[in-house]
Amino acid sequence: MSLPRLQPQDMCFPNLAGAGDWGIKGYQKRGGYEGLKALLQTAPKDHIEKLKQSSLRGRGGAGFPTGMKWSFMPQPAPDKPLTKPSYLVCNADEGEPGTCKDRDILRFDPHTLVEGMIVGCYCLNAKVGYIYVRGEYYDESSRLNQAIQEAYKAGFLGKNILGTGVDVDVHVHLGAGAYICGEETALLESLEGKKGQPRLKPPFPAGFGLYGCPTTINNVETIAQVPPILKNPLEWFTRWGRPGNSGTKIFSISGSVKNPINVEAPMSIPLRELIEEYAGGVTGGWSNLQAIIPGGSSTPMLNAEQSARVLMDFDALKAEGTGLGTAAIVVMNKQIDLLRVMTRISHFYHHESCGQCTPCREGVGWVHRLMERLSAGEGTPAELDQLYALTKKIEGRTICAFADGAMWPVQGTLKHFRNLLESRLNKGEAA
Amino acid sequence: MPTIRINAQQSTGQTPHSLGLNLSWSKSAQSAITSLLARYPAERSRSALIPLLHLAQREFGGWLSVDAMQLVADTLGLPYIRVYEVASFYTMFNLQPLGKHHIQVCTNCACLIRGSDEIVKEVKATTGLTSSGQTTADGEFTFTEVECLGACVAAPMMQVTHSTGGIHYFTNLDAKKTREILKSLREKGEADKFADTPPAEVDPISHGKYAK
Repeated sequence: MSLPRLQPQDMCFPNLAGAGDWGIKGYQKRGGYEGLKALLQTAPKDHIEKLKQSSLRGRGGAGFPTGMKWSFMPQPAPDKPLTKPSYLVCNADEGEPGTCKDRDILRFDPHTLVEGMIVGCYCLNAKVGYIYVRGEYYDESSRLNQAIQEAYKAGFLGKNILGTGVDVDVHVHLGAGAYICGEETALLESLEGKKGQPRLKPPFPAGFGLYGCPTTINNVETIAQVPPILKNPLEWFTRWGRPGNSGTKIFSISGSVKNPINVEAPMSIPLRELIEEYAGGVTGGWSNLQAIIPGGSSTPMLNAEQSARVLMDFDALKAEGTGLGTAAIVVMNKQIDLLRVMTRISHFYHHESCGQCTPCREGVGWVHRLMERLSAGEGTPAELDQLYALTKKIEGRTICAFADGAMWPVQGTLKHFRNLLESRLNKGEAA
Repeated sequence: MPTIRINAQQSTGQTPHSLGLNLSWSKSAQSAITSLLARYPAERSRSALIPLLHLAQREFGGWLSVDAMQLVADTLGLPYIRVYEVASFYTMFNLQPLGKHHIQVCTNCACLIRGSDEIVKEVKATTGLTSSGQTTADGEFTFTEVECLGACVAAPMMQVTHSTGGIHYFTNLDAKKTREILKSLREKGEADKFADTPPAEVDPISHGKYAK
């Protein structure tokens, strides 16, 4: 039995496919900004409590509970006003290979993000919010900028929003092409006008973030989902998905499928159903499936057998030794040279290492070159073990999670497709 | 970044000498700078560095000469090295002049699976270029293979950056569509009708009126 398809009133992003007007008129017609005033008149701690109960988890890859993250931010008390300004920063530096959901939010429903920023800034006592958009999203950020200007005009942004006494300014900050700036502290560095090199944690951004002030960084999708969660009864969001994984989520399905698509669907949907119901199925049929990357290039791939049974949520994918990540599903059928794809992904990480930590700067390059050699059939089977050992020596020994994300796909390849590498090495020897 | 060791000459780009261009901002750029600086706390004007580099790159021919970086440094009251280290870190800043249209074909996983090989082949055949990073002799096109640009459900795709500003996505490509886009770029200087997302009226860099 398959899950029902979401109706527009069940969705956080009813215009994700771009069928309707992306401007403020279209957004208001879909119910946007309705009830915003009431939200700005409710105490922030009530909102944060509701977010905790909704078990909304960060949509940017790590899956950290959003309500909890927001509760780390300092709140003013009557006898203790805040001494530093707080900031909300939206991470729209979407760059994980396979991930393309934020781009469609920015160009087809930018006001969902603008409204989320207003509510978010209010909850976190931030007067200013920055949206860090990757520099390549030029036309998309043109639309986002226009959406912000429309919101100012309509009185949803600026001083004394809708007469509630809340002040919020939102600015778009364009990046310049560095995958690492999607890491939250690298993003802050970049926003401060520096090279995007991650900071050591602790201190965490909630205590010492942008300009040394309390800062929360959230993904586009996370922030945009906040207003509908707060406006609707709790049940509206929690009825989807398994406990601890509730809600709806945008899945980006690309690769060897009939209709690659960005689609909002309930969490915990079976992977097979997602691909067959929404993306037209695997090219050549389900039996032609070779492997699936479930959550962007950093997550280890699933083999066909795992793909048939796994549910798409944080906990189910973790149990399979991988992760939901950004829910960017890259499908590879049997006609695809899987080793070439994985080598290309290694090349990507080699190119994008920020160069700060030695294990990553040097090691990711070694791994890439080893993958190149091995997938070309050069080398010996002993080098496969060497490669695995190498990934284990890089993983967990750097400031940020970049190197981990670069090693996991290689480990996944060795785990599920060692036979492919071995048979290629044997052929290489024969030739 | 990590390639420094392998190809120092190529990846760091240019000689560290100024070209004596004596650059200055245009009127419209000056007003854009004022509004950009207003977005950050007064004592944090360094935050405007990347936006200003974007602006400088567009003002001065699609790349950043030492002179252009020095102008940005002077505008923000920063030492030159603070500007140079940022400009050389981010891939969108070009430290060498490029062709009028910078053709950037994504060859990462989703595009690779859906046939970016064919697109690369077509771009090479039409422009006569043989490898990533080259510019045609007439200065029309530069071709680069790039990393994921976030349009994976519309793969294969490429991005075109015009030296006069403007960056557009071209998605769901095949060889024929690629050829037509390149033809239009060569003949008309633009291929907007093939672009994936028509922009709004606001310019992403200056936040003024959209500049093509």
